[in-house]
Amino acid sequence: MKRSIRFSDRLANWLPRLVLTPSLLVVLVAVYLFIAWTGWISLSSSNIVPRYDFVGLEQYVRLWSTPRWHTAVANLFIFSSLFLGLTTGLGLLMAILLDQRIRAEGALRAIFLYPMALSFIVTGTAWKWILNPALGVQKVVNDAGWTSFVFDWISQPRFAIYCVVIAAVWQSTGFAMAIFLAGLRGIDNSVIKAAQIEGAGLPLIYRTIIVPMLRPAFLSVIVLLSYVAIKSFDLILALTNTGPGSATEMPSTFMYAATFRRDQMGVGAASAMMMLMTVAAIIVPYLYSELKETRDGC
Amino acid sequence: MAANVRSRHRQHATGRALIYGGLLCLAAFYLMPLWVIITTSVKHLDEIYAGSFIGLPKEITFDAWRSAWSEACNGTACKGLKPYFINSLIMVVPAVILSTGIGAINGYVITKWRFPGSNFIFGILLFGCFLPFQAVILPMAQTLGFLGLAGTLAGLVLVHTVYGIAFTTLFFRNYFVGVPDELVKAAQIDGAGFMRIFVSIMLPTALPIIVVSCIWQFTQIWNDYLFGVSFTAGENAPITVALNNVVNVSMGRKEYNVDMAAAMIAGLPTLIVYIVAGRYFVRGLTAGAVKG
Repeated sequence: MKRSIRFSDRLANWLPRLVLTPSLLVVLVAVYLFIAWTGWISLSSSNIVPRYDFVGLEQYVRLWSTPRWHTAVANLFIFSSLFLGLTTGLGLLMAILLDQRIRAEGALRAIFLYPMALSFIVTGTAWKWILNPALGVQKVVNDAGWTSFVFDWISQPRFAIYCVVIAAVWQSTGFAMAIFLAGLRGIDNSVIKAAQIEGAGLPLIYRTIIVPMLRPAFLSVIVLLSYVAIKSFDLILALTNTGPGSATEMPSTFMYAATFRRDQMGVGAASAMMMLMTVAAIIVPYLYSELKETRDGC
Repeated sequence: MAANVRSRHRQHATGRALIYGGLLCLAAFYLMPLWVIITTSVKHLDEIYAGSFIGLPKEITFDAWRSAWSEACNGTACKGLKPYFINSLIMVVPAVILSTGIGAINGYVITKWRFPGSNFIFGILLFGCFLPFQAVILPMAQTLGFLGLAGTLAGLVLVHTVYGIAFTTLFFRNYFVGVPDELVKAAQIDGAGFMRIFVSIMLPTALPIIVVSCIWQFTQIWNDYLFGVSFTAGENAPITVALNNVVNVSMGRKEYNVDMAAAMIAGLPTLIVYIVAGRYFVRGLTAGAVKG
């Protein structure tokens, strides 16, 4: 009798851990073990099927001597810097405008955020049509009288990546706005009042007092949107399908094509590891600092 | 002095005008694509080729919607989006319920039954929120093949549940942290056990975050393309994959109105959820800023 009580007590003690164990195991396998697995493939001679031998960094050498990969990396760089700059700037502007005690704030916020609820495949389809020179914006402006107006970036190898930027900025600015708006709402109004009494104008107040107070929001926006930029895949497939030629190739599309279309599994795995390392370099310090602060706060 | 006040007034008025002007321009820019999708989808194809891209349709027709729903070709078959829409529903419902349920109980353990290492475990789970899926897609394909789930909807449910756990755990953890520990202690003194406290105390208080988690998971899984295109093919593809195939099939004159109707069909479920419960969607969205 006594023993069975002790057993049920012990079970009760261990129950929480037991409940958490399956999730932990699943994540350990599906995230960490799978990453290691991909890492191994990237060090093997795998092509059509995975082969579990070891060839050192050969696949990485092959990867970095592929011109297509260089295009992808250059595009990622162009895309990310423009995407981050524009979404952060525009999102901040929207949040500041919305924070001026205006009417219909709820409706405007809803309008700025609805693209986030849609798939990149859906919005990419729409943008492909809007940016199509024969039928879209260019034609509207031409028909309106400005016949020499040209806006055919989507069919120009040098400019197509900027079309991806336009569509991506349109899709994600609402997210930056939401985070900035939450940050602005957290700032004590008396700070602004005091500065106004001192005679400072609103632009000055924003530049010198409020924007610096939004530092945590900036950090979140930039980190989370970098992650979005690095993994962006569906938008490119829907909008340009990595074309014209391979002008809008990105690491994510390169990885997919190498692995599933060109039978270069090892190169695909190597590119996936490069992507992972980039994301980890940004996300891990961020998570660490966020978690540490939470713990200090408790 | 009076002039000064008047000029201040005028300045204020122009400031307000600028604010509203700027916001309205932005709103127009944001609504334009949706406007274009909807109006194009109800136009006749001839009208589209005649060149009205942004204007109102001269005559509203739902032929393109009918075609997108039940006739459009995607390279393998011409059955419209309907079967793939149903695929997405079959995939999304169990995946949302499973990942939310697992996240709820994980969040409960991590916050209310802390044990040495539980915070570390949370950190390990959390990285899963920001995993570039390209890094796991090859092993996952192998594993699904090994489990006999390659190319099936059950396989997609499994994948979405597994990679959803990180986010749902984060949601519930951040929510349950705010529920006072005393509630759990009092219930324990009254003799309630681990499961009893979860079911009759924690879950009823967690209703808002359950909604947030369900909406987030629904939107993510419905909109997923990478897993769908990597792990399924043909008949079992989810709607995003089918939509992309429909749009990229090029045979004869391109039917832009059908493309737009197809895009609208694929986007409608998440759009409706957003319109009905936008507040909860935004909460899910900003939860990635981990402190919430």
